[in-house]
Amino acid sequence: MPEVVLSAQNLVKHYPIRRGVLRRTVGHVKAVDGVSFDLHKGETLGIVGESGCGKSTLGRLLMRLEEPTSGSVVFEGQDWSGASPKDTRRLRRDIQIVFQDPYTSLNPRMTVGDIVGEPFEIHADVVPKGGRRKRVQELLDLVGLNPEHINRYPHQFSGGQRQRIGIARGIALNPKVLVCDEPVSALDVSVQAQVVNLMEKLQDELGLAYVFIAHDLSVVRHISDRVGVMYLGRMAELGEEDEVYARPTHPYTQALLSAVPVPDPTLRGKRDQIVLVGDVPSPANPPSGCRFHTRCWKAQDVCSQQEPQLELRDDGHGAHLSACHFAEPRVIVETTDVSGLQPDTRFTTTEVGDVPDSGAGLGAAGGGEELGSSQADSTAERAEAMDPPARRPDDLSALTEDPQDRPR
Amino acid sequence: MTEATITESSSVADPHDAGDVGEERSLASDAWRSMRKNPMFWISATMIAVFVLMAVWPSLFTKTDPTFAVLAESRAKPGDGTWFGRDIQGYDIYARCIYGARASILVGLFTTTGTVLLGGTIGVISGYLGGWVDALLSRIGDVFFAIPLLLGAIIFLVSLPDFFNDNYLLIVLKVVFALVILGWPSLARLMRSSVIQVKPNDYVQAARALGASPWRVIRSHILPNALAPMIVVATINLGAYIAVEATLSFLGIGLQPPAISWGIDISSAIVGLRTTPHMLFFPSLFLSLAVLAFIMLGDVVRDALDPKNR
Repeated sequence: MPEVVLSAQNLVKHYPIRRGVLRRTVGHVKAVDGVSFDLHKGETLGIVGESGCGKSTLGRLLMRLEEPTSGSVVFEGQDWSGASPKDTRRLRRDIQIVFQDPYTSLNPRMTVGDIVGEPFEIHADVVPKGGRRKRVQELLDLVGLNPEHINRYPHQFSGGQRQRIGIARGIALNPKVLVCDEPVSALDVSVQAQVVNLMEKLQDELGLAYVFIAHDLSVVRHISDRVGVMYLGRMAELGEEDEVYARPTHPYTQALLSAVPVPDPTLRGKRDQIVLVGDVPSPANPPSGCRFHTRCWKAQDVCSQQEPQLELRDDGHGAHLSACHFAEPRVIVETTDVSGLQPDTRFTTTEVGDVPDSGAGLGAAGGGEELGSSQADSTAERAEAMDPPARRPDDLSALTEDPQDRPR
Repeated sequence: MTEATITESSSVADPHDAGDVGEERSLASDAWRSMRKNPMFWISATMIAVFVLMAVWPSLFTKTDPTFAVLAESRAKPGDGTWFGRDIQGYDIYARCIYGARASILVGLFTTTGTVLLGGTIGVISGYLGGWVDALLSRIGDVFFAIPLLLGAIIFLVSLPDFFNDNYLLIVLKVVFALVILGWPSLARLMRSSVIQVKPNDYVQAARALGASPWRVIRSHILPNALAPMIVVATINLGAYIAVEATLSFLGIGLQPPAISWGIDISSAIVGLRTTPHMLFFPSLFLSLAVLAFIMLGDVVRDALDPKNR
């Protein structure tokens, strides 16, 4: 296993709730409540979870855009929490962030050249002044944009192109870790594929390690080496991509995976879909013991009294980290693993000319006729992997909004 | 939509942007480029230049002494030997309009600059820092905001020591001082709210994540995006301040005869409103044109600073 570059150690972020004239603190929103993980060199760690579970706060803590209430972020053995402003500045070169919304993450009043070149202005010693413009153009080229568009403003680009600009800014300083806070959630599916493929390409070329925060399970499976599942500010399950997706042991992960839409009409109604009841409890007043026990079908007395630790638990084939007293694997019909397939080169550039197979997005039936059978299979599988978010952008809403398929 | 059509449509949208590869551009150079192409900019800039020239060098426009009264020709109509006629004291109205520009332009410009700098700075500080600094600065602003402008200015001007009545510039500065002290809170509030609106944007967070200093974040990210409302309000206020200066002069504080200003002339012309309206018309026309020129310039600058409007 390669060396650890970034390590979160028991990160906690509580936001005070203030009330009244005197602004007294009456409680805390426990956005992130004790999250630990290691990120290895060159790997991708996916973080999934539903809205409000603390994913984005975790990303901001890793970036030091917020001060953690307690716990620490350790980068290559150096604790970033107590670092001096000078060290912090230096560390910022090694950890960068890509934001979710390409429409608010670029300053509308700066040219692309200024946006991507800003890292060099801030860290003036990285590239000498005369070479900056050339370096910016190289970066634009690297992320698949026309280097001649350096004088354009963000509003002259499409969403996917803007996200590429954001990525170019993120990798400008040659960071070792890139925190991606839902980098493709605001894009439509074909553009998502382009951006995800671009990120994989950059990872290979630059040896980046990604913390990939998303709520789209298919996309996370596509890009991640390891996956962490968060619920209410805690890590519920953490393991290799196969372990989490094929042999989930935490009931929440199982419910989450069972809610992923499967693009196969013949499976309709036959799937073992787990529909959770109730809402996510308020992070201001999380349940005692296991945070998930209020909605868990396996919950027993011990769950509300004793907090399950995130530790290695048996998953049938081996063991991976899971925080459930009654962890046991359960087979869920889930997303298809396409990571072993040849990457699809059709969407790696924005230059969409004449694509012979225009029906690729429709799956095997739409685009398979002209292709050889093996290629058709891969097309179909990829379409499956990429399609779900188009039909239901918010996968997780299915958890509470699907009354038809309640388990009997 | 393919890449090709995007490229085409955007290059059609701004034909002057065709030289994509050209030399390095920035917001300031692009703003200047687009302003130069705007006829409104040249119209307003010419008008302002004429008024400023009037203020600096009035004898360039008229040889008549504005303090030379011909009482026998009091209230003479335009054309009776003078261009704009004479007022109730028998002064040449044209000469007084020319000479009045200095006081009015000085008061308007200085007050606007003062309120923009003071109010803008305080607004940016309280909006950016937030917390107790914001609470403190906002309450201080509220205190000044609660004082009625005219009442406050009267008290302020009357209580100033006589030292300020010594020379012309000091008298003007006295009025400017009073108006800035009472006028900054509205701009501070405006600036604070736009800074608060801009601050949580991801591009500000991205700059912080890159390790940008607060000064850089404010200068290159927050200010350019928060400035537009203030430019509009400040240019409109410029006219209002010239008018307030006139009111103060009318009330007998502020500028005093023998000082010459449009405000003084407008207020002294009220007596002949029905019989000899030209006494009111010409100084008011000059005042309106000056205000219009500044408002137009403010509009042009605001549009030029917004790349989407190009």
